Amino acid sequence: MDIALKKSLELTAQKARIGIIKSIHSAKAGHPGGSLSCVDILTYLYFAKMNIDPKNPQKADRDRFVLSKGHAAPALYAVLAERGFFDPELLTTLRQIGSILQGHPDMKNIPGVDMSTGSLGQGISAAVGMALSAKHFGDDFKVYTVLGDGEIEEGQVWEAAMFAANKNLSNLTAFVDYNNLQIDGTIEEVNSAMPIDKKFAAFNWHTIIIDGHDFEQIEAALNEAESIDKPVAIIAKTIKGKGVSYMENAVNWHGAAPNDELAAQALDEIYARLAEME
Amino acid sequence: MAEVKNVATRVGFGTALVELGKKRDDFIVMDADLAAATQTGMFKKAFPERFYDCGIAEQNMVGIAAGIAATGKKVICSSFAMFAAGRAFEQIRNSVGYPHLNVIIAATHAGISVGEDGATHQCNEDIALMRTIPGMTIINPADETEAKKAVYAAMEHDGPIYMRFGRLAVPVVFDDDYKFEIGKGVELREGNDVTIIATGLMVKEALEAHDLLKAEGINARVINMATIKPLDTEIVLKAAKETGAIVTAEEHSVIGGLGSAVSEYLSEVYPTPVVKLGVNDEFGHSGPAVKLLDEFGLRAVNIAEKVKKAISLKK
Repeated sequence: MDIALKKSLELTAQKARIGIIKSIHSAKAGHPGGSLSCVDILTYLYFAKMNIDPKNPQKADRDRFVLSKGHAAPALYAVLAERGFFDPELLTTLRQIGSILQGHPDMKNIPGVDMSTGSLGQGISAAVGMALSAKHFGDDFKVYTVLGDGEIEEGQVWEAAMFAANKNLSNLTAFVDYNNLQIDGTIEEVNSAMPIDKKFAAFNWHTIIIDGHDFEQIEAALNEAESIDKPVAIIAKTIKGKGVSYMENAVNWHGAAPNDELAAQALDEIYARLAEME
Repeated sequence: MAEVKNVATRVGFGTALVELGKKRDDFIVMDADLAAATQTGMFKKAFPERFYDCGIAEQNMVGIAAGIAATGKKVICSSFAMFAAGRAFEQIRNSVGYPHLNVIIAATHAGISVGEDGATHQCNEDIALMRTIPGMTIINPADETEAKKAVYAAMEHDGPIYMRFGRLAVPVVFDDDYKFEIGKGVELREGNDVTIIATGLMVKEALEAHDLLKAEGINARVINMATIKPLDTEIVLKAAKETGAIVTAEEHSVIGGLGSAVSEYLSEVYPTPVVKLGVNDEFGHSGPAVKLLDEFGLRAVNIAEKVKKAISLKK
């Protein structure tokens, strides 16, 4: 991997983390844990992978992204803002009346959001539909989606997985944000979908397991995906709450906003890391 | 007497798809393993490369349709009303309705006239469910002619549409000159004593009821309300003002369908007696469709009874 690109992505991901904390803190609600776990993947996609144009968010041949785990909206918004789709100042309007930044992604009003999501299990079907549309109508764009590891307990995910492989949608890549925590506990405690990779493999997907915080591995997996004539599932092992010490691997930070003091602590940690990097 | 042709509205739907397929290739048709029954099979046979079978997975089918629509393409997805409006309700609400995508949901085998399959397949709740989704358009054609014209109109419409078709072959009421417009009711018979607002296969029954009542000296206006949402409030208000009593007739639950839509509207703007004929708050059961329509009171004679009740409620 290009060293300069890697450094730049690492900086960007830290800035996006600042956006996540600030937006959720100002909203006094939101989902920091699962936002922080998938933000590196989103950063790579929007800054190093996808064919997109922040000045023309609706351009027809753009690659599509569907945040199937829609509750990680703060991560998507922070990355979109950082990428220039809208003013980063808007991040602190998250979840407020009158803001375009709804609690879950809204494609009608947010520049750069390709699909409205939030009800788990539904985003992947929409991503499959986009990939099918591209293949059917001869368009070249690719479709990326990020699923939660808890989300894949939804049966619709497997309906979509079955169809995507059956129709050989090789233009579709799905990440599973495998942070091993959902609201009611660990994945194993609640309703284990493990082994996740073998399940996707059984549905005739190509599977790759990576560290979802390592840009080199994210890049390698996406490059591998392009050489495969099947839909690809990238099982990204992640840490819920990654980058904020007291949120890491802590289930209580799934859907809670930090108070002023804890938000300041989180931001101090991230700014310190940024300073080290720069 | 001229021989009346009996054709199911689902056949009108399938026929229209094939006609559209000959004219344009910018849309996709999907089904969930019921192509032979819903009649998307006609399109599948004519244009196999433009048809996708999602298998028995209606929720995913609706989500895929949303994704296709999100890329700016037109898509029609079809299943039985029970499994489209019922099983995939939340997908229709969140993946199609909320983003207001151009998806046509073509639901066949609606209502009690499914017949022998019985209660699990007799969807009398679909209109009620779909009405609750903001921005959803609901069309329930009365016959083959209207079914075809409604499909053509739906293809030009911006926003999600739920179309309701039946399994049972029903008389063709309209000729090719019939003008269909989304959101417009059509007055089929004049009358100033009472108005019968009917939808779907009950339109034919309403026309018969008109004749029955005429023999008794009652002049009943008959309106075909193919579009249930958005409701043609203009024609409803005019009927309320001019006839003073309304009977609604639908092959759907009396809870949440056309009767509710008319009642909800009039009660706030021009309170008028509205007597609802439909499937009462109960499940259906197996049997030949025509016998079930008799048993559940979805016939011209039943409309005539309701008309008398409505007239008795006039102030």
